[in-house]
Amino acid sequence: MSTAVLSPPTTVNSVRRRLVLGLAVAAAILVVLMAASLALGAEHVPFGQVWRALTVGGTDADVIVRDVRLPRTLLGVLVGSALAVAGALMQALSRNPLAEPGLLGVNAGASLGVVIAMAYFGIGALSGYIWFALIGASIATVAVYALGSAGAAGASPARLALAGAAITAALTGAISAIVLLSSTVFNGFRAWSVGTLSGRTAPVVIQVAPFIVIGVVLGLFLVSSLNALALGEDAAKGLGANVARTRLLGVVATTLLCGAATAAAGPISFVGLVVPHMVRTFTGPDHRWLLPYCLLAGPILMVAADLAGRLIARPGELPTALVTAVVGAPVFVYLIRRRRMAGL
Amino acid sequence: MTTDLQTQPPPGNRLRAHDLKLQYGERVVAENLSIDIPDHSLTMIVGPNACGKSTLLRSLARLLAPNHGSVVLDGQDISRYPSKEVARRLGLLPQTSIAPDGITVADLVARGRFPHQKFLRQWSTDDDVAVTAALERTNTADLASRFVDELSGGQRQRVWLAMALAQETPLLLLDEPTTYLDIAHQVEVLDLCAELQESGERTVVVVLHELNLAARYATHLIAMRAGQVVAQGAPKEIVTPELIESVYHLRCSIIDDPETGTPLVVPAARRSAPRVRES
Repeated sequence: MSTAVLSPPTTVNSVRRRLVLGLAVAAAILVVLMAASLALGAEHVPFGQVWRALTVGGTDADVIVRDVRLPRTLLGVLVGSALAVAGALMQALSRNPLAEPGLLGVNAGASLGVVIAMAYFGIGALSGYIWFALIGASIATVAVYALGSAGAAGASPARLALAGAAITAALTGAISAIVLLSSTVFNGFRAWSVGTLSGRTAPVVIQVAPFIVIGVVLGLFLVSSLNALALGEDAAKGLGANVARTRLLGVVATTLLCGAATAAAGPISFVGLVVPHMVRTFTGPDHRWLLPYCLLAGPILMVAADLAGRLIARPGELPTALVTAVVGAPVFVYLIRRRRMAGL
Repeated sequence: MTTDLQTQPPPGNRLRAHDLKLQYGERVVAENLSIDIPDHSLTMIVGPNACGKSTLLRSLARLLAPNHGSVVLDGQDISRYPSKEVARRLGLLPQTSIAPDGITVADLVARGRFPHQKFLRQWSTDDDVAVTAALERTNTADLASRFVDELSGGQRQRVWLAMALAQETPLLLLDEPTTYLDIAHQVEVLDLCAELQESGERTVVVVLHELNLAARYATHLIAMRAGQVVAQGAPKEIVTPELIESVYHLRCSIIDDPETGTPLVVPAARRSAPRVRES
């Protein structure tokens, strides 16, 4: 924000230097948080022992560190980056500052997939949900896209958002109907839908990782086109951006990211909404910086929230989604008040 | 393919439209429309509201695909080029552009470099040179580190022009670039268009509402009505009371602009002189 007072010749380089430095600092913070997430919890494990458990093994803490906290921490990193990058992509594609993974019906689609897996396929294990969640997310996205671009006017940010709201409402109704028919499904769905990293094991991490990695790479590939698209559709086309392809790939990326993240951790609110806004106050609206920052800031918030959930209620724990909402809501209100946000 | 296109001498003018049929959905805006944009001209397109002048410009910039006919850029149908290749030859300043929240002038102008950038080479010295030149050309260099949303309307329009200039295209299309500007800023923007054309670097096409300013600045004037070109040529040759009557349904007299000698349209008055009612 200090860029406004610097003189032109020095700005570009000094801004770039500041942004590179910021990325390094963010990476360092994330590493420290991950280490803390391995060491702290219901039972604290000294860092030396954590290191030994990870490298050579044979310690008393092997099980806690390797089988419980490591998958959980890695999943936090994956889910955090997935939601933050998806949020940034959706805000850019819909040109709607309130856009988040819930907007285009993706989360509702994933939820319905999970509910159907529980109710009609008798799947109770987390690792069984992923395909259902992804299929549900994809169907919802395709439906939103088809509905939003039907008619002569074609797809527009506002029409997509409206279609997303309509599809979400319909899917939520379907979820309620299925869940209310069976108490087993109701209990299973309730446990999943709080949104937490608790109890996630290595197979879950391994299962969702490819989808999230592909989604992130796809998102990073789109950064320049998103910059052009941010100037309006006509200006973007005038600059030679392929608007239709950018929208399509962006939607594919958000579906992969949100579907995988939601399948693994349940619906987590506010990370996709708040992280891009927080990051933007530091990077400005350039997606070439915004997305890499989201890639680090999302995991920072997610791992920190999970850790806080474990420490606050020791020896029990708070669901991660509860902590992200408690932290996210005030931050968001603060951001709205501090910055002039167009359209709010 | 790219090099082949650049070495081949373009037959006729670089930008032409042939037998266009333009429509939005079912509504036909123009039919059998053909125009030539003379190379190195400052071409201005005028006409009443909804005559199809902006629609024509959108199709010239391949924002709107014609239902019939073709727009020809350097001898080849514009729709057959890769989109970035078009954007390296033809720049557009649309009527509706959005400055992202919190973007600086330098960053916005830099986005004009998009068609010159590759995924793995996001920024080059060429980009730096082009952005600096565009800022200087539009007199916005001292605004470089300011936020776009804190600028005045006139400054903002110059910044958008700078973005279009940074694109470094031999053809530049501007859709009503003076809308919402006061007369001084309108003149400032049009002076800049004239400089660009006179320096011989660019062919500039402007859709303009202000008939008198168009007649003053244009080297080539195109008058449109109901999707058709009614007259085109040097303003001095084509602007007559009959033309204005047929294009705008407005009676007028034409006098010489005392500054430039170009035609100046003076609308007919309802009565000879305004009277003040005395009580």
